[in-house]
Amino acid sequence: MDKIAVLGDRGSVLGFRAIGLDTRFAETPEEAAPILKKLASGEAAIIYITEQLAAGLAEEIASYKDRVLPAIIPIPGRQGSLGIGMSALKSAVERAVGADIL
Amino acid sequence: MARLNVNPTRMELTRLKTRLRTARRGHKLLKDKRDELMKQFLDIMRKNRVLREAVEERIMRVHGAFTVASALMSPELLEQALLHPKQSVTLEIGRRNIMSVNVPVYTYKTRNDDKADIYPYGYLQTSGELDDALTALSEVFRELLELAQIEKSMQLLAQEIEKTRRRVNALEYVMIPQLEETIRYITMKLDENERGNLTRLMKVKDMMLAQAGYGAE
Repeated sequence: MDKIAVLGDRGSVLGFRAIGLDTRFAETPEEAAPILKKLASGEAAIIYITEQLAAGLAEEIASYKDRVLPAIIPIPGRQGSLGIGMSALKSAVERAVGADIL
Repeated sequence: MARLNVNPTRMELTRLKTRLRTARRGHKLLKDKRDELMKQFLDIMRKNRVLREAVEERIMRVHGAFTVASALMSPELLEQALLHPKQSVTLEIGRRNIMSVNVPVYTYKTRNDDKADIYPYGYLQTSGELDDALTALSEVFRELLELAQIEKSMQLLAQEIEKTRRRVNALEYVMIPQLEETIRYITMKLDENERGNLTRLMKVKDMMLAQAGYGAE
């Protein structure tokens, strides 16, 4: 029984509340950092975070990469996709293969 | 390649030979593990890429619908409409074992299974676009969950592959050459001792023969 959390600016994540996810609002990466830390320390198993925030929290997110819990997944926010999700995919490939094959 | 700092004795030689055998076997096994992990990883990676593209596109559509809805409604009203969700989701986490890497498997339960009954508001004060946005969002949710699962699996596999690759390389380029070099050194040294001993014996024999009056032909 674990929670799924969505972290992002108010406009982007409000809708997720209606489908039953745990939404947290943060407008800037600075604001989001403590919330992310709290969520990741056992409150939520999956954390969706808008790319706008993820861009400023790359280090924090990377530190959870090798742990089974939580899964931190960037999703595009209202302002559009920044390609962070794809670049995370690419960096994982680079890590595994040793070269960028995409 | 530097050889190990050991005494060139027969016992050491036997010990090193055993170590070399183990290292070779470990190297082969790890190499097989790496190859299989890589195969699984590439499968997951392909799936992940397709899924991410699809999910991102659909989420952008949801955001679009929300933007329209929020343009038609006052922010207060919008917030009020979504404040108390009817739906709630509980997540259960299982484990799946891919080549001894534990990856999560998510299964979820919703409190409310009726698709038409997810709207936490009356229809009177809200716009129809909000309904559309919520419907689209609840549809994308399943894929979103799958994305989380696949993406996490991929990260964990990448980590394991990196680790395995390092081990394979360490064995292949450091351990095994080092052992081989040391074994060669000890064999040479022992052979040299053997030859030295042989000449010494021959010399001693000559000297003894000379002393007994046979020698100096």
